[in-house]
Amino acid sequence: MKKLVEKHPLAIRWFHWVNFPVLALMIWSGLWIYWANDIYRLGWGDTTLYKFFPQSFYDATHLDHKLAQGMAWHFLLMWVFFLNGLLYVLYTLFSGEWRYLLPNRHSVREAIEVTLHDLGLRKTAPLVQKYNGAQRIAYTAVIVMGLGSLLTGLSIYKPTQFGWLTQGLGGYEAARVEHFVLTVGYVLFFIVHVAQVGRAGWNNFRSMVAGFEMEEVPAPAVGAGGPVLTQRQPDASV
Amino acid sequence: MTQEVTPLPENPIPSSSSPDAALDREATRRTRRSFIGLGLAGLGGVLGWRYLLGRPDADGTPAPFRRVMDANSRLTAAYFRETRLAPEFAKSLAVREVRTNGDAGLQSPLDLATWRLAVQPYGGGNAHEFTLAAIKALPRIEMTTQLKCIEGWSIIVNWAGARFVDFLAQYPLATRSGQPIKDISNLPADLAPYVSLVTPDEEYYVGLDMHSAIHPQTLLCYEINGQPLSLEHGAPLRLVTPLKYGIKHLKRIGTISFADTRPADYWAEQGYDWDSGH
Repeated sequence: MKKLVEKHPLAIRWFHWVNFPVLALMIWSGLWIYWANDIYRLGWGDTTLYKFFPQSFYDATHLDHKLAQGMAWHFLLMWVFFLNGLLYVLYTLFSGEWRYLLPNRHSVREAIEVTLHDLGLRKTAPLVQKYNGAQRIAYTAVIVMGLGSLLTGLSIYKPTQFGWLTQGLGGYEAARVEHFVLTVGYVLFFIVHVAQVGRAGWNNFRSMVAGFEMEEVPAPAVGAGGPVLTQRQPDASV
Repeated sequence: MTQEVTPLPENPIPSSSSPDAALDREATRRTRRSFIGLGLAGLGGVLGWRYLLGRPDADGTPAPFRRVMDANSRLTAAYFRETRLAPEFAKSLAVREVRTNGDAGLQSPLDLATWRLAVQPYGGGNAHEFTLAAIKALPRIEMTTQLKCIEGWSIIVNWAGARFVDFLAQYPLATRSGQPIKDISNLPADLAPYVSLVTPDEEYYVGLDMHSAIHPQTLLCYEINGQPLSLEHGAPLRLVTPLKYGIKHLKRIGTISFADTRPADYWAEQGYDWDSGH
């Protein structure tokens, strides 16, 4: 028989779905800004593996000649990104959700197992829990990255008044590179995240919208039970 | 998205239905409600953003974006201290060939021999005229700082010139009372809040807040790498301030004046942040 299990609190679903378009627009307006001086590349010496960005990318996206607009969007949406992120962190701290999200002493081993399993190199499926080790590491890392984007961004925005920060990050040019690399990090996170959500299926995806998951449980031995509605218990591994 | 869970009825199993079917109905109901909620929130977001973008233009950007830029400006002004300096570099790190970017205001013919800096006193009256020699008579400050372009590139440049604050200490034109700036930490009460700089042909113009203008690294600059400025770098006198992006480093200064409100600014009229730096 089935069981309806509460998974994601309403607040976390809101933070998640507010962040998605806001971060997307921050990246998009960031690309408008980056276009004005698009000098970054992957490579060494005269060898370039990938230039950010090839002309075909600009031809396809039309994100040229919008520096002023990009900065205007960036300096408005930065507040939404910051406040949404801050509220999320405070919520996880005060609600106790951090217990499921922060990596623990098992997380690295688990993350390796999960990765091997997902790549088809390991047969045993990892223990089913709210967030596995790989997820704990990824979801915590992405919050640290968000903080990194705020700090590197501030150090580029006001490099003299926050000179202590700019110098601490290695200087103005270094802070710009770090800000850009973090953005590449979000894009990579997004690709893996969407692929994993696709693999995990509808039940899991729905839980980030509707909050619950349906689970198969063995039928009770005695009598005909009604619909079972339970709150997920903290993981045994915590 | 919705959180609430329908309380379980006293007798949850209608005779014609299994427990699983009842749960499925409950799940379908919550799923439908949540997805409709998410869809409406998304629609609201799209409409709200389109509304913001459709607001009347305020100097090249929709008014709400301008208001947020100005609010950011007030917030960061509260944190601003003249004592915080931009990093300085060894002279040997300075570039030999300084990149130029834009020649607005430099297109008209210029006779260096007859050029004068005109300064309009804040208290009113006729403009005061200064020769380059008068500026050079002020203490010469040499600094090697990063020139940051709003486009994203930056170069290290060796500059020399007179501090604007030293100019105002010598020539008290920025106060209504004619009181000079003696001490940067104890400014005259009637000091003008804004400074305007304009090229001789009035084609390029820049506004500065007074706190940036009297920052010790804000120079009336006449030399790069120990050489007098070339025409394309703003001969005979230009503004240099590592607090601001290059767009504020007005070349070939014609007139300086003081104002109670933000003076016109060439790039701020085209959608850019009025501060563009700090």
